[in-house]
Amino acid sequence: MERNPMRRQLQTMRKSLFDQGHLDEQFVQLEELQDDANPNFVEEVVTLYYRDSARIILNIEQALERKPFDFNKLDAYMHQFKGSSSSIGAKKVKAESTVFREYCRSRNGEGCMRSFQQLKKEYATLRRKLEAYFQVARQAGPMETACRPK
Amino acid sequence: MNSSIGKAYVSTASSSAGWKAGDAAAAADQFPAGLRVLVVDDDPTCLMILEKMLRTCLYDVTKCNRAETALLMLRENKNGFDIVISDVHMPDMDGFKLLEHIGLEMDLPVIMMSADDGKHVVMKGVTHGACDYLIKPVRIEALKNIWQHVVRKRKNEWKDFEQSGSVEEGDRQLKQSDDADYSSSANEGSWKSSKRRKDDGDETDERDDTSTLKKPRVVWSVELHQQFVAAVNQLGIDNAVPKKILELMNVPGLTRENVASHLQKYRLYLRRLSGVSQHQSNLNNSLMSPQGATFGPLSSLNGLDLQTLAATGQLPAQSLATLQAVGLGRPTGKSGIPMPLVDQRNIFSFENPKLRIGEGQQQHVNNNKQMNLLQGIPTTMEPKQLAGLHHTMQSMGNMNMQVASHGSQNSQNNPLLMQIVQPQARGQMINDSSLSHAPRLLSPMGQPILANGIAANVSTKNGIQENIRAPSYNPVLQTSSMSNFPMNHTSELPGNSFPLGSTSGISSLTPKVAFQEDVNSDIKGSMGFMPGYDIFNDLNQHKPQNWELQNIGMTFDVSQHSNILQGNHNDSQSVLVQQGFSSSQVNGQNRSASVISKAMFSVGDGTGHVNAQNGNQHLNTLLVDGTVRVKSETVADATPTNLYPGDDLMSALLKQQDVIAPAEHEFHFDGYSLHNIPE
Repeated sequence: MERNPMRRQLQTMRKSLFDQGHLDEQFVQLEELQDDANPNFVEEVVTLYYRDSARIILNIEQALERKPFDFNKLDAYMHQFKGSSSSIGAKKVKAESTVFREYCRSRNGEGCMRSFQQLKKEYATLRRKLEAYFQVARQAGPMETACRPK
Repeated sequence: MNSSIGKAYVSTASSSAGWKAGDAAAAADQFPAGLRVLVVDDDPTCLMILEKMLRTCLYDVTKCNRAETALLMLRENKNGFDIVISDVHMPDMDGFKLLEHIGLEMDLPVIMMSADDGKHVVMKGVTHGACDYLIKPVRIEALKNIWQHVVRKRKNEWKDFEQSGSVEEGDRQLKQSDDADYSSSANEGSWKSSKRRKDDGDETDERDDTSTLKKPRVVWSVELHQQFVAAVNQLGIDNAVPKKILELMNVPGLTRENVASHLQKYRLYLRRLSGVSQHQSNLNNSLMSPQGATFGPLSSLNGLDLQTLAATGQLPAQSLATLQAVGLGRPTGKSGIPMPLVDQRNIFSFENPKLRIGEGQQQHVNNNKQMNLLQGIPTTMEPKQLAGLHHTMQSMGNMNMQVASHGSQNSQNNPLLMQIVQPQARGQMINDSSLSHAPRLLSPMGQPILANGIAANVSTKNGIQENIRAPSYNPVLQTSSMSNFPMNHTSELPGNSFPLGSTSGISSLTPKVAFQEDVNSDIKGSMGFMPGYDIFNDLNQHKPQNWELQNIGMTFDVSQHSNILQGNHNDSQSVLVQQGFSSSQVNGQNRSASVISKAMFSVGDGTGHVNAQNGNQHLNTLLVDGTVRVKSETVADATPTNLYPGDDLMSALLKQQDVIAPAEHEFHFDGYSLHNIPE
């Protein structure tokens, strides 16, 4: 019974993540994949995502230090990053990736840099929130069935 | 359980072994659980998620983060998987290339995935033969029904076998259960449902067409022969028994007997190819085509064994005679088509020495078949033409024979020429309309080739050997006149489904290009029927940028849009080119030249950002898409000149070719060229 308050807290956190637009439907897909055989599946995926995407972020950063910008390369990196981010349901991060790619296409270096800064912010914010979320999740124990956010 | 099911399905498909009713029933009950899926994606996050989703669907999943590894796995265990899901953008190999390899070598259904939902990328998937295209992020609902692709494929294979006279009862039973499955696999509410419906619809159409076809006498069209040659190459000349060849070719309506007799002729032909190494080991003496009578006079022709070619390729006596006439400088009564075809073969021969690469590339060629053919050539061109072209190309490509083309390929190309109307198994070519025209198509193609071929003869003698294998189909050409083809850029762009169909047509073209590139020095203007893919690729690899530029420029020249792109950035150009081609694909081959150029222009205007996709990858994508394009570029590059000086006929033919070339280029595209796309 002591789990209830934690579960409630967990649900609240979860709802907020969706309401604030940090996560989308894809995250629910991940939650649905979680089962007794893989009770921490979502956390594992998110951890893997942050580890792998850090590499891409670094690549982009390095690419943005070389002038003139190789927009094609930047676009390619961002395409990768976007794919990854969308697969875990990182909504805001994904949206910012799209903005960045648009700037790449229009060869707008300034726009790229600005967009990238924003993207890194969203990326970091989401990570923080998810880390907190998973911490509570581990303490709260098995969750109920995921319910789709409205 | 899983393994047996998979095995049952796999073995049925691949070995045409009799399918027992009991097995079918048992497998059907458990299916689709246990479906053996290979998923390839360089993104570890996606890979992990996909794996979990697939396991949730009760599939037997193997994941792989590199395309090369995936191919190795597939090759090592040809019957180990039922379906492959692959990402489009991967660092070590382009997803479309992988798709082609798989289609050719293993003939497994392949589903492409990407975060890219751009129309042209999806189109590429279609033209390369992907059985489905998923947009990331992938939902589990999308994966639940992937088994339908496996069933569908098997169904088509069974049908082929059935038509070929193999065991039918088991097939029927299985088919019935399949039908039930089909109907029950109602599309989920996802966006893909409409796509699937379309796929189903297409499949149905194909099946209907196929089943209503009679089995008239088989005509070994260029395309068909190419498929045959590819199959033989794949099996290895020693292992090439009619039954296996038949399976590999996967041509509905073709019987083992057809293949056997053709094989006999082919072996003889190989042997006559001046003692060429590999394939000739099995030459028999028994070969003799109906045209045997004509062989006599030919023997001296250009050092090429036209006779052999004729014999093996079932070249009509007329063609042979024509060739002879040409070769010997005699006036030729007939117009050339038959000749051209034969020449093509010759050309291949010559080209071989140069085309060494080509050989290696055959694979590509073959692979590209699918895409090349249709890419540029939306079947409007009369699939037949395409088929013819393709066929020719194929033969060229086959020269190298390395890659044996494969079942999938075969289905694509072939049938046009065959009297049996076979909508290509993969739906690649739109056959229906084309059949009638097929001969026509061939001829036009034939001509140019012929020219080259003859010219080539002069130079190549030595080289022929390896490559010769393929060529020869000319037989198909029997009728048409050269004029039909390419010259009519604008003509028919029938609304055939080209994308899929393109393969055959395009492939033929591609090879040409490749050759040209390769032989650059020599064959400049030649039609490039040769298996251009390989060369193409190689060329691309070596100097992708330049090459493209060149090509682009050339292409335009050819299309009479001179140097539009030349000033642009390479990437842009390539992009443009690709764009141009993409659209041309839709428009049909004939128009491609103009369409492409237009497309290019418009793209160009866009400051070279044309590339809609990822920056770096776009090049890949573009190239892939543009396989057709790239090729054309290459071809274009080769200035049509009289490669064979001193041969009037050749000059004339070459000129014609030049004209045609652009069109051809457009269509075929060597998708593989982009290896060195910047990371």
